[in-house]
Amino acid sequence: MKERLVAIYHGFGLPRLIIAGFLLLLLIIAGGTELSVAGLLSDALVRIGQNGIYVLAMVPSIQAGVGLNFGLPVGVICGIVGVLVAMEFSLLGFSGFLVAILLAVPLAIGAGYLYSLLINRVAGQEMMVGTYVGFSVVAGMCIFWLMAPFKNPALIWPVGGQGLRVTLTLADTFAGVLNDFLAFEISGLKVPTGLLLFYGFIAFLVWVFFRTKAGVAMEVVGRNPRFAAASGLSLNKYRTLGIIMSTVLAAIGYAVYAQSFGFVQLYNGPLMTAFPAVAGVLIGGASTREAKVRHAILGVVLFQTLLTVAMPVTNQLIEGNISEIARVVVSNGMILYALTRATGGDQA
Amino acid sequence: MSVPVLEMKGISKSFYGTQVLKNINLTVGKGEVHCLVGENGAGKSTLMNILFGMSVIVQTGGFEGSVLINGREVAFDSPRAAIDAGIGMVHQEFMLLPGFSVTENVKLNREITKPNLFSAVFGNKMETLNRKKMAQDTRTALDKLGMTIDEWVPVAGLPVGYLQFVEIAREIDKENLQLLVLDEPTAVLTESEAEQFLGVIQRLAQSGICILFITHRLDEVMAVADRITILKDGELVRSGPKEDFTISQIAELMVGRKIDTESRKKRTTRPNDEGAVVLQVRDLRVNMPGEALRGIDLDVFRGEILGIGGLAGHGKVGLANGIMGLYPSQGKVLYEGQEVPLNDTRAALKLGLAFVSEDRRGVGLVLEDSIANNIVLTSMQSQEKFLKPGLLKLKDEKKIMSHALESIDKFDIRCTGPEQIVRRLSGGNQQKVCLARAFTQEPKLLFVSEPTRGIDVGAKSRVLELIVELNEMGVTVVITSSELAELRSIADRIAIIYEGRLAGILPPDAPDVQYGLLMAGKSLEEVGSR
Repeated sequence: MKERLVAIYHGFGLPRLIIAGFLLLLLIIAGGTELSVAGLLSDALVRIGQNGIYVLAMVPSIQAGVGLNFGLPVGVICGIVGVLVAMEFSLLGFSGFLVAILLAVPLAIGAGYLYSLLINRVAGQEMMVGTYVGFSVVAGMCIFWLMAPFKNPALIWPVGGQGLRVTLTLADTFAGVLNDFLAFEISGLKVPTGLLLFYGFIAFLVWVFFRTKAGVAMEVVGRNPRFAAASGLSLNKYRTLGIIMSTVLAAIGYAVYAQSFGFVQLYNGPLMTAFPAVAGVLIGGASTREAKVRHAILGVVLFQTLLTVAMPVTNQLIEGNISEIARVVVSNGMILYALTRATGGDQA
Repeated sequence: MSVPVLEMKGISKSFYGTQVLKNINLTVGKGEVHCLVGENGAGKSTLMNILFGMSVIVQTGGFEGSVLINGREVAFDSPRAAIDAGIGMVHQEFMLLPGFSVTENVKLNREITKPNLFSAVFGNKMETLNRKKMAQDTRTALDKLGMTIDEWVPVAGLPVGYLQFVEIAREIDKENLQLLVLDEPTAVLTESEAEQFLGVIQRLAQSGICILFITHRLDEVMAVADRITILKDGELVRSGPKEDFTISQIAELMVGRKIDTESRKKRTTRPNDEGAVVLQVRDLRVNMPGEALRGIDLDVFRGEILGIGGLAGHGKVGLANGIMGLYPSQGKVLYEGQEVPLNDTRAALKLGLAFVSEDRRGVGLVLEDSIANNIVLTSMQSQEKFLKPGLLKLKDEKKIMSHALESIDKFDIRCTGPEQIVRRLSGGNQQKVCLARAFTQEPKLLFVSEPTRGIDVGAKSRVLELIVELNEMGVTVVITSSELAELRSIADRIAIIYEGRLAGILPPDAPDVQYGLLMAGKSLEEVGSR
């Protein structure tokens, strides 16, 4: 029994125990203030489902040996285009959501492939290059948003008749289709069932993939490229596949995020999408060389709950609004901490 | 008799329980050229690491015995201390800054400086370089070596041979230099450069510096040595003045084994050699850095164990790596009369070839993965084994586990279970995992490279036994090893590779001297005529 507990402790890892302990402490403090703990947890559940797929998108790229996918905005933008097209045709409810995804996925496959062509040429520098690919694509797309031939008056600037607005609302189309699906409430705790189910379904697909021959091959390529080559595997093929999967997940992730958030933010909106996702997977126990689906799930739960709970609690405790600063310090500090841990898993 | 410059007494050293040096005594007198010879892994570099107080020695628990310089016992805890005591070293790999001039390289970190206004205020780090004096010193050192190159040219463009001389110039420029260690300095030199180099060595010795010269080239040993020390398996075989030795004797002592240590195992089956050539290699060239093959012709018979031997750097491991497509290669390889596509690992695996790499931790294993996965990965990927039927090709955990348990049993892998991470296994058990992986591919021809490198004695003999067992099950084996003794204990024939070419094929019971000479670059005809 004791050994099993020790094994569970090692599998979970000390940093996650500390974070979980800190979370618990925050919740207890919150209970002592006028904050509603159930409300905080409801928010946390929404944010977990909203960000979960982004974090999941890190798994294939890390497993394929490309490292963390800092180029996540590449996929996010494909997702945005899908959502915008669905809005342009005023598709409502689930049909809008599904059309957005159906459009976004092929776009993401193409974009991911192009992105992989670049990444495969810069082996060893993938994360740095990926960061700037993300930034550049976001900047480049700013021009597209201005020129894109969208005609729906709900999307474009009212004056001039051309160019998309900075913030668009999904309230009239498909905001909350997943969140509200089978949603229920127990003593103040709102559970966004559809959102969590969809997230669970995508996580399951990724988990299954890593049990297939191709998934195993991708893992081998990431863990030891020389062994993989000696087993007759093409390194670039699986690296490409990993990047495409990551990009596609980011695109799907965006559609999910947008329907939950209720707004589409264009222009510099997607600029920083990669960072919370990176922090999430690392906090879950992944390293830059190894990531499992369970790391992604654990990570997004811990990280997003921490952010949702920490902000209002610090605001209650400390005068003045430092919550945003605290959020930036916590999330970037976590990325920094995690990147300095190359081992991950039980040693992180 | 005067006090010797260097005396090493009763040196023993073990790494993680493996004894690599046993009670070595070495004495170098003033103005003496002392040659240290031995196969790869005989313990030469460990001995030099001890002399230099390298951190690898300190970190692995130090050593036994004592080192005396000029009769005084010293204990170097860093190379710095050894250099301060007057020991210089010229490495096999050049340690020069390419963008710097010859002078700057020679004087690196020992620059001659003069004070100026800034240094008066900020300390001596700010002093100006005395370039004139530095150039003069360098010129003197170069002249001593008989070098005509200018001291101001940058090192970057110089031919390889000159770099070696610049390194030596750097060492002899140190005023307190008493002992110069040369670690296989001629390996990269052309013949005429090497000759010039040997001349320099003798001149240095005459000026009173003693020289410890490590080399594989026996001709050089005979040309310059005053005394010769032969190491083998961490033991001192013989030491004495040059006149006591002949080339053939040195060769024999280097590779020879005590008769009872490795006795040839009785083979139950013999290869049937009636025209059954399974693998034909024709003019194979492999571009493997440091182990290049420069055109080799070789036939492998069905059911035999073919040993591939030779010194490190001569290309023996290039053969398997080339045929398996791990390094770019050209030439022609026929397996069962069918052409093996080169530079295509997948195709080679599909034909039924398997490979156990010499780089166990780098190529042979996925260290962070479990024993079970390591055993099945290659078969799963190249032969679609261990997969559940269906479009998804899901891996079949049950089959993988039962196969892993079976392999652990068959290959005697000492572990806590199939889920254990391979990194945590000992070298010998890791090697057994590699063999199990290759066996899982059910190969008809198996390449095994350096199967016993870095593993302890007990596991060594078990690994060799396993290879013989696989062979008896009908697998043709091509085994490459730096340890001639182990090749001779299991192989049917042994091919010796010298400088990327086949030097000759010998039966395992050929005399030691023939092996020694083939490995030192003599041809089979010369060997036979002795």
